[in-house]
Amino acid sequence: MSIWAPLTPEEWQAARLSLQVASVAALVSAPFAVAAAYALSRPAFFGKTVLDALIHAPLVLPPVVIGYLLLLTFGVKGAVGGWLYETFGVRFIFNWTGAALAAGVVSFPLQVRAIRLAMEAVDPRVVAAAESLGAGPVDRFFTIVLPLALPGVAAGVITGFAAGLGEFGAVITFASNIPGETRTLPLAIYTSLQTPGGEAAAARLAALSIALAIGGLAVAEVVARRLRARLA
Amino acid sequence: MSLDVLIAHAFGQAALDVCFTAPGGGVTALFGPSGAGKSTVVAAIAGLFAPRVARIALNGAVLTDTATGVFVAPRRRRVGCVFQDGRLFNHLSVEGNLLYGWRRTGRRASAGDIEALLRLLGLSGMLDRRPASLSGGERQRVALGRALLADPALLLLDEPLAALDDARKAEILPYLERVRDESLVPMVYVSHSAAEVSRLADHVVVLRDGRVAAQGRAAEVLSDGPTTRKSSREALRGTVLSVCERGARIAIADAEAWMRGDGLATGEMVFVTVRPADVVLSLAPVVSSAPLTLRARIAEVQDDRNGAVATLDCPAGRFEAQLGWGAAERLALAPGAEVYAAVTAFACVRPESEEW
Repeated sequence: MSIWAPLTPEEWQAARLSLQVASVAALVSAPFAVAAAYALSRPAFFGKTVLDALIHAPLVLPPVVIGYLLLLTFGVKGAVGGWLYETFGVRFIFNWTGAALAAGVVSFPLQVRAIRLAMEAVDPRVVAAAESLGAGPVDRFFTIVLPLALPGVAAGVITGFAAGLGEFGAVITFASNIPGETRTLPLAIYTSLQTPGGEAAAARLAALSIALAIGGLAVAEVVARRLRARLA
Repeated sequence: MSLDVLIAHAFGQAALDVCFTAPGGGVTALFGPSGAGKSTVVAAIAGLFAPRVARIALNGAVLTDTATGVFVAPRRRRVGCVFQDGRLFNHLSVEGNLLYGWRRTGRRASAGDIEALLRLLGLSGMLDRRPASLSGGERQRVALGRALLADPALLLLDEPLAALDDARKAEILPYLERVRDESLVPMVYVSHSAAEVSRLADHVVVLRDGRVAAQGRAAEVLSDGPTTRKSSREALRGTVLSVCERGARIAIADAEAWMRGDGLATGEMVFVTVRPADVVLSLAPVVSSAPLTLRARIAEVQDDRNGAVATLDCPAGRFEAQLGWGAAERLALAPGAEVYAAVTAFACVRPESEEW
């Protein structure tokens, strides 16, 4: 098969699944990332160091370890997963939502970092001005801090999306490698490489991955620039 | 209305120890050099800063009292603030900025009142604009309108003109006067500019080195206060010869002196003020550590309760020296005698701006 031939249905499926997994992972984790970033941008509080370490752990842990920890927690016999399965019949493993959970957890610190930088850049004196105008803490967060940090939030979500597209270790460990369900682009590349004569398919999928990732970062840059221009 | 303020706080080496009462209505100016503690006092009144010891009451209602543990949250104080840098909300339009506090107050101004205020501040035509597109003067007018629409019981203006050039200052001062004359909100106006204070304020509190140096009706404090104009009238004339990182070299009569050169420019005329206690007289030139030694002629010697005070003339002007007991007799100091005056400390004042 030539590298320039049209994409096969399986390849389309992997690409679509990757986009679905990465966007759900980025969007669902965004509110948590905003909350975590806000907490970390605050002055020192009890437990801040521990929270900081927990949030950044996925950056330094091997993704396989994260997949394993997710299995322990969200597997059908896990503490949280078991309860979800018995109560609601919801399960993450062998399911695309599991892939999204794994991708979300791994890309979470990247999101938090981008959002936290933007929040720390919000002038506290402007927030104090809002306070003197009668705004309470929650009010100030939603009407001043969040809107002013919006370029950073957008950049964080899109960076998280681009990183989620490429997550391999945690996804394959936790959600397994099921065609049409959890086989995202990196897993499809891995599978092709394991198959005799699959090098060309792997190259096509790799090129597709690169295009998606770079496209994602370019969109992030454009969106952030537009939002910044509105605030300038 | 009245505003009672008592604040004691220490920042490393600098101490703030301030107590004053701003009388009912009008504009009270907090006046003094930068670093005197003015902005800290304003932040404490607004509740944006918690001093170690403080009692602040507005119209009898206690806002801060460290003795009883009272600290009213800034958003419940009804104290409006206008800061030097405006601090507008860049993500909102001018209208969004103006109405931010209005939406959050219990006693909202009516549409007609808002209309009137917009006309008063000349803001009617710019409601849809973004803060980033406004000039410095327009930004300050928006900040003023925003604070007034939040229905404040007191308006704090912290150097609202300091970031503007002279043309913009001249443009915005009439708006401030209109607000003073047409709204019933009392104002505390922080400034280091005598010109602004004398134009706007009814009552003046002079702060210096974290303490109240003088206070009273504006006309009295500004004309007769020992710390303001009087000192520059009875000062020596000097000329700035050069300015470098180490300081400024200033020519006073035929002598030269070094001092910190903050904000001085080469060739500029300055007034040098000398306190009598900082002058030591000798009959012959001596090599000393004094930063300035002047040749002068005695005009008059008068006894006082510490000994005597000699009035001296030199080509740069007239100054006084405090003499200890018996010094005048010992040195045979009489009118017409030539002496050397070692000045151990002095201050520099710009005459034209009357700033500190």
